[in-house]
Amino acid sequence: MTLREGTSGQRFIIRSVAESPLKNRLMTMGLVPGTTVTVLRSAPLGDPMALRVRSYHLALRRDDAASIEVEATA
Amino acid sequence: MSSLAVALTGNPNTGKSTIFNELTGARQKIGNWPGVTVDKKIGYLSHQGRNISVVDLPGTYSVNARSPEEKIVIDYLLNEKPDLVVDVLDSSNLERNLYLTIQLLEQGIPLLLDLNMQDEAKRHGIRVDTEKLGAALGMPVVETTARSRSSIKTLLDVFTSTMMEKYQPSEKVRAHIARVEGLRAGNLAADALEEKIIEERYAFIDSVVSECVSVAGASSDLTEKIDAVLANGWTALPLFLVMLYAVFQITFEWIGQPMADALDDFIGGPLTESVTATLESWEVADWMQSLIVDGVIGGVGGVLTFVPLIFVLFFCLSFLDGTGYMARVAFITDPIMRRVGLTGKGIMPLMMGFGCAVPAIMGARTLDSEKDRMTSILVTPFLTCGAKLPIMALFAAMFFPDNAANVVFAMYILGVIMAIIAAKLLGGTVFQEKGSTFLLELPPYRIPDMKTVLLETWDKGKGYLIKAGTIIFAMSVLIWFLGNFNFNGMTEEMNESFLAALGTGMSKLFIFHGFDTWEAGAAVITGILAKESVVSTMGILYGVGEISAEAEDAVETAATLMQSGMATAFTTMSAVAFMVFSQLYTPCVTALGTIKKETGSWKWMGFSAAYMFAIAWVVSLLVYQGGRLMGF
Ligand SMILES: Nc1nc2c(ncn2[C@@H]2O[C@H](COP(=O)(O)OP(=O)(O)OP(=O)(O)O)[C@@H](O)[C@H]2O)c(=O)[nH]1
Ligand SMILES: [Mg+2]
Repeated sequence: MTLREGTSGQRFIIRSVAESPLKNRLMTMGLVPGTTVTVLRSAPLGDPMALRVRSYHLALRRDDAASIEVEATA
Repeated sequence: MSSLAVALTGNPNTGKSTIFNELTGARQKIGNWPGVTVDKKIGYLSHQGRNISVVDLPGTYSVNARSPEEKIVIDYLLNEKPDLVVDVLDSSNLERNLYLTIQLLEQGIPLLLDLNMQDEAKRHGIRVDTEKLGAALGMPVVETTARSRSSIKTLLDVFTSTMMEKYQPSEKVRAHIARVEGLRAGNLAADALEEKIIEERYAFIDSVVSECVSVAGASSDLTEKIDAVLANGWTALPLFLVMLYAVFQITFEWIGQPMADALDDFIGGPLTESVTATLESWEVADWMQSLIVDGVIGGVGGVLTFVPLIFVLFFCLSFLDGTGYMARVAFITDPIMRRVGLTGKGIMPLMMGFGCAVPAIMGARTLDSEKDRMTSILVTPFLTCGAKLPIMALFAAMFFPDNAANVVFAMYILGVIMAIIAAKLLGGTVFQEKGSTFLLELPPYRIPDMKTVLLETWDKGKGYLIKAGTIIFAMSVLIWFLGNFNFNGMTEEMNESFLAALGTGMSKLFIFHGFDTWEAGAAVITGILAKESVVSTMGILYGVGEISAEAEDAVETAATLMQSGMATAFTTMSAVAFMVFSQLYTPCVTALGTIKKETGSWKWMGFSAAYMFAIAWVVSLLVYQGGRLMGF
C-alpha cells in the first residue's frame, strides 16, 4: 500500500519512494526506505496529513504521499 | 588583532537568528516556524579584542541549490569562505538536522557543531554524547540554549578559541565520502544516483546517532496534545476564526482603541490648544500657524493617534508567531488554499502582510513553486497592513460608532477574500503551471520568548513612529502647501488650491462611488505614496480653515472639526465604499518597489498597480450601488 491510505495512529515502514517532482525533497527530509513513520492526524477534509518521522512532525498532502510505498508495522 | 568571519547555517527553525541577535544586538525576525529568514544578514561585534563579523543565513534542509535560499547558503559558504562555519542544530531532532551537516562535510567545509535547544532536549530526556559526536565527525562540538545569556558567552569564547585548521574529517566521514564518490563514479542514472546518495547519507547518520544519542524515558508530548485540539479535523477551522477574532477584540475593543481614543483627545484637545496659544503669544505669522496646526498636527497627529492600535496588533502577531501556531494554520487551511490554486504554506508569509506587505512579499521566497510565489506576491497587498489600519479604524469609528470593531473586522475579511479570489483568477489565467505542493515541518509549540516579542513589537511600532515623523511629516507639509496655494500664491479658498485641482481630476473616477469629492480624490493619490497619508490628508483637509481663521475657537478640538467636515462629505454608504476602495487599491510605492525587486520585472509591478486599482474600483462600485439598491 502507499502512505496515502494511512489513517491516524497507524505506523508504517517505508519500502520505497517512487519518482515524482517531490522525491528528492521527501528523501532529504528523512523519508528513505526503512524509516518508520506514524500518521498523527489529518487536516479538515482529511488532507493534508501530519506524520511523525525521525523525531519531528511533517505535514504533506495525500497526493504526494501516494508516491511513498509503505508496509504496516506494529 | 585579526578579524574573524563567522557564518551561521543549519536547518530552518533551529535558532540561528536568535543566536545572531544575541551576539550582534541585531533585530532579525524570529518566529517559531521554518523559513523565517530568507536572506543573509551580516552583523558585527568584538570579543577579546577581536573584530568578529557574523552572518545569519536562511535555514535549509540541504544545499542542492534548488531553492533561492539554498543557493544563497551554498554560494556564501563556497565563495566567501568564512573562517568559521557554525552548523546550528536542534538537539531534539538530530537525525534530520545532521543531513545538512554531512552534506556540508562532503563539500569540504569544516564545521563547528552547535547543539542548540539544550533545554528542550533535556526536557525530552534526549542525551547527546558530545565527545563521541565530535569524534564521529572529527569536528568541534558546543552545546547551547540560545535564549540564555550564558550560552552566548560560551559561544563567543568558543568562536575565538577554536582553531578550525586543527580539525580533520574523521575516518568515518572520509569513508562515507569515499562511498559517495564511488557511487558518483559508477554508471547509475542521475535519478537513481541521487536516491542512492541520500540513502547513503541517512545510513551514515543512523550509525552516528545510534552511537551518540540516547533517549531516556519517553516524555508525554505536549505538542501532540495541543494539536489534537488545534489542528484536528473539524474543530480546527472554527478555532482559527475564534483566534483571529480574539486578536481583533484585543486590538480594537479592549486595549488598542481606548488608548487610541485617549491619545486622540489629547492631540486634538490640550496639544492643539497649547500649541495654538503658544504660537499666538509669539505672534507667529498666520500661515506658519496654519502649517503647524493644520498641516503638521492635523496630518502627523492624525496618524499618531493610531500608534496604540499598531503596537497592540504587532504584539499579538509577534506573540502568535512565537508559539508555532502559524505552521498549524498553514496545515489546516491548506485544503482551502489548494482549491484556489495556492498552498497552505503561503499563509505564513501572507500573515506577515497584516503588519506590512514588504516583508510579506519577500517571505514568499520560501514557497516551492514559481506559481505559488508569484501568486502570493500579487495577492499579498490586498491584506490590511498596519498603514491601512488607521483608515479603517478612523472611518469605522466615525460612521459606525457602536460597531467599529466589527466593521473593521469585516474589512480585514474582505481583504482576505479578495486575496483568495484574486489567487484563483490568476491561477486560472496568468499562471497556468500546475503543481503546487505542500511539505511543511510542524515545529513543537513553544512559549514565545517575551524579550523577542516585546523587542519586535517595539521595533515595528518604532518603525511606524519614525515613518510618521519623517515621510508622513514631509508629506503633510507638502499636502498642506498644495492645499493652501495656487498659482496666485496663498489662497483662503482650499477649493481653488493645487491639491483641489489634482483631487478633482482623480475624483472624476468616483462619480458612481459616492465619494467624488476632491478631498477624497487627493487622499487616494497621496495614499499611493504611503497609505498612512490617506488619514493625514483627511486630517489636514477637514481640520483646516476653522482653526486658522478663528484661532480663539480652537478649543473645539481638531478631531471634532475633522469629524464634522468628514461627516458631511461622506454618507454611511459612501464611507463604506471609500473604505473598500482604500482596502483594495494600488499598493504603496514601497510595496511596488519590493514587487519589482522580487519579480525582477517592471511588467509585474505595473500589473500589480493596475489590476488592484481596477479590482478596487469595481468592488467599491458594486458595494456602493448595491448598498443603495438595498436602501442604505
Ligand atoms: N526552547 C528553546 N527555544 C529556542 C532556542 N533557540 C531558539 N529557540 C526558538 O526557536 C524558534 C526558532 O528560532 P529562530 O532563531 O527564528 O530560528 P532560525 O534558525 O533563524 O530559523 P529560520 O530563519 O527559519 O531558518 C523561535 O521560536 C525561538 O524562540 C533554544 O535554545 N531553546
Ligand atoms: Mg532565522
